[in-house]
Amino acid sequence: MYKNINFSSKFKSANILSFFIFIMSVLFILFKGLNYGIDFKGGTLIELRADSKNINISEIRSSLNSINLGDVNVKEFGKKGDFLIKVEQKMENNSQLVPEIKKTLINNLNAEINFRRVENVGPKVSSELLQSGIIAISLSLIAMLFYIWIRFEWQFSVGSIVALFHDVIITLGIFSVLSLEINLSIIAAVLTIVGYSMNDTVVIYDRIRENLNKYTRLNISETANLSINETLSRTIITSITTLLALLSIYILGGEILRGFSFAMILGVLIGTYSSIFVAAPVLKFFKVSYKTLEKKEEKIVP
Amino acid sequence: MLNFSKINIFLIYLVFLLISFFSILNFQSQQDPLIDKKVNLGLDLQGGSYLLLEINSDPLIKEKIQSKVIPLKKLLKDNNLNYSNFKINEKSLSFSVNDIEKFKLFFFSKKDNFLNPYIDNYNSFELDLEEVDKSRVQVLFSKYGLLTINNSALKQSIEIVRRRIDDVGTKEPTILQRGEKRILVELPGLKDPERIKNLLGKTAQLNFRLVEVNEEFGVDKLVSEIGEELNVSKRIVMSGENLIDAQPNFNNQSNRPTVSFTLDRLGAQKFGRATTDNVGKRLAIILDGKIISAPSINEAIISGSGIISGNFSFQEATDLALLLRSGALPTPLTVVEERTVGPDLGEDSIKSGITSLIVGFVLVILFMIYKYKIFGLIANLALIANLIMLIGVLTILEATLTLPGIAGIILTVGMAVDANVLIFERIKEELKTEKSIIHAFEIGYSKAKITVLDANITTLIAAVILFAFGSGPVKGFAITLGIGIITTLYSAYFLARHLTSIIVLNKKEGKVNL
Repeated sequence: MYKNINFSSKFKSANILSFFIFIMSVLFILFKGLNYGIDFKGGTLIELRADSKNINISEIRSSLNSINLGDVNVKEFGKKGDFLIKVEQKMENNSQLVPEIKKTLINNLNAEINFRRVENVGPKVSSELLQSGIIAISLSLIAMLFYIWIRFEWQFSVGSIVALFHDVIITLGIFSVLSLEINLSIIAAVLTIVGYSMNDTVVIYDRIRENLNKYTRLNISETANLSINETLSRTIITSITTLLALLSIYILGGEILRGFSFAMILGVLIGTYSSIFVAAPVLKFFKVSYKTLEKKEEKIVP
Repeated sequence: MLNFSKINIFLIYLVFLLISFFSILNFQSQQDPLIDKKVNLGLDLQGGSYLLLEINSDPLIKEKIQSKVIPLKKLLKDNNLNYSNFKINEKSLSFSVNDIEKFKLFFFSKKDNFLNPYIDNYNSFELDLEEVDKSRVQVLFSKYGLLTINNSALKQSIEIVRRRIDDVGTKEPTILQRGEKRILVELPGLKDPERIKNLLGKTAQLNFRLVEVNEEFGVDKLVSEIGEELNVSKRIVMSGENLIDAQPNFNNQSNRPTVSFTLDRLGAQKFGRATTDNVGKRLAIILDGKIISAPSINEAIISGSGIISGNFSFQEATDLALLLRSGALPTPLTVVEERTVGPDLGEDSIKSGITSLIVGFVLVILFMIYKYKIFGLIANLALIANLIMLIGVLTILEATLTLPGIAGIILTVGMAVDANVLIFERIKEELKTEKSIIHAFEIGYSKAKITVLDANITTLIAAVILFAFGSGPVKGFAITLGIGIITTLYSAYFLARHLTSIIVLNKKEGKVNL
């Protein structure tokens, strides 16, 4: 399945595109913001199932309006008759909120109601969760930076981190554009994206390193192009199998995993793209050649 | 890379079989387990409640600093120190004293210091002194004094929480300390946590105090449950500490629920004396600052037992008895995080999780066979072995499987074939230049080794960080993802390689269909 596609000729236009999307993502994250779920914003979430299919959103809304809850968000969730209610946090201690909502709905709705899920996160805990999420993502980026630095040269390390930033920011940017909820499982997805994208980048970098030593007459563009082509079928096959698994979760895994699997699908697509069109061009930018590798050569070759 | 010694082959399959054996344990009958190990289902899969409680030690500190007033004044008097302007603040005591240096000497004395004991564990005094100006000082708890108060309050709270939850009788509750101020409670199978939340939300400080008719100094105005405003003496006749048992009952005459209680010897004495001296007066029974009831004392009660009758339902009487039995919490507890999943949602999650796992698995298997024919089959065998080992390791660790954890397994299925894809693609390349098939496979395997390792270690790093920082279900994802990487490497580099070697070595110089 050896292809000979001239990737390096497209580096420039791809980089302009990446840069544009990256900046747009940053702008969206800054100005439109991210739609934090109750994990990170605090508040109450109630998932309920009504046995009567005739219950509609407006009935739930109007019955909840009778108690003063402030900012309430009701939406359909999965099957018909399933609803998700979200209430924003107003004060630290609202231990009576959930029982009150339950009572109101049971009294006002003409249906048997099953409360399937209740989550209540206080403002202190939610800010701690957000903080540890940010720390976890930053730490993983730093850990990757060091790992690649140890295994390769600093130019590779910078390239892989640029690619990771690219992936994480654009994934979050798309979440911002689509107003999708950011919760704990999205942080898990972002970290997995970091791992996956890195995985992809490492495979290509590994080959670039090998080819730089093997074909010392080729320049970095040619070497990168050769390496990307050589590993292309692997890149595609692994992306396909991973996407098959993820699509299966997205379609069949239920409502709770939908956001997670969507983030992962985005991440795999963007991560695959960035390994070829972001991570490799960075090496070109630094004018990496076989000479760059000489210092470390003895250590690396197994 | 294709030559395996007999001992190697033996070890490779021995490890595989040993780990696989543990995965079977999950399917043994519940009654008579051979080895009692299995993968636990997380609360999101089996249904249940997760509560994070936080103690608030501020009222306790206020109480403790107030208890220092008398010993402090005594210390000042005993040592002929003149003080003035004595003030009791929220968390400190402040006053002016004529000789600060002399006061310090006594204040920070390690010998027989009743006011300010020395805490050996921390090499620090319980109290600290701040000089506000030349003559005025402020006494407050030291950092370690506060820590000691907080720690003992937390330990005590955990104990009381455990007693209350055990008393309600839920199955296999988990009660753990989390950090310095928090208690984690997991209640599997619990459908509605409201009752437990109610029980844990009450400190249950019980007091018996006399109702005074005329308003004078030393009286609190309290409202009873039926709305009656009463003047209650500040002096506590007896408190809940003296209670040894409490049970819900029915009053035969009024047919209303009541709570009967039994006192210890000291309590019985105190109670006997107070009721003897105050026949005709009313005695207020106060729980957390609210009067439950205020019956008249008809006769002296010296038996050491009594009955609380109030305006409650049988459920409330049961809960009150439970609270009194388990004792008072040292400080109020608040629920700072709650996650409850109903059992039917858990079942749905398991169903959809397993369906998507099977579908994802079948899709990947079909794709691999389409792509690599016989070697795809080997990759698939490795993949199946990988899954069995993954479940085996989870069983050995008795890890908790969550919904994101199942997602982690599915993702492992998708990514696991990567190791074999990397190797096969490399071999294909080598086959183009290399005449000997065996040689091509040899080189392919050894060249791909570093890449496979590098690529997987990066994902492993992400999984480890996720495990360290994630909470609950997300941790479950990190576990399956991390273990999945290790079993993937094992199955690709040992199992699949050995199977490949059998095929390649038997084909000799024929054609290989890769």
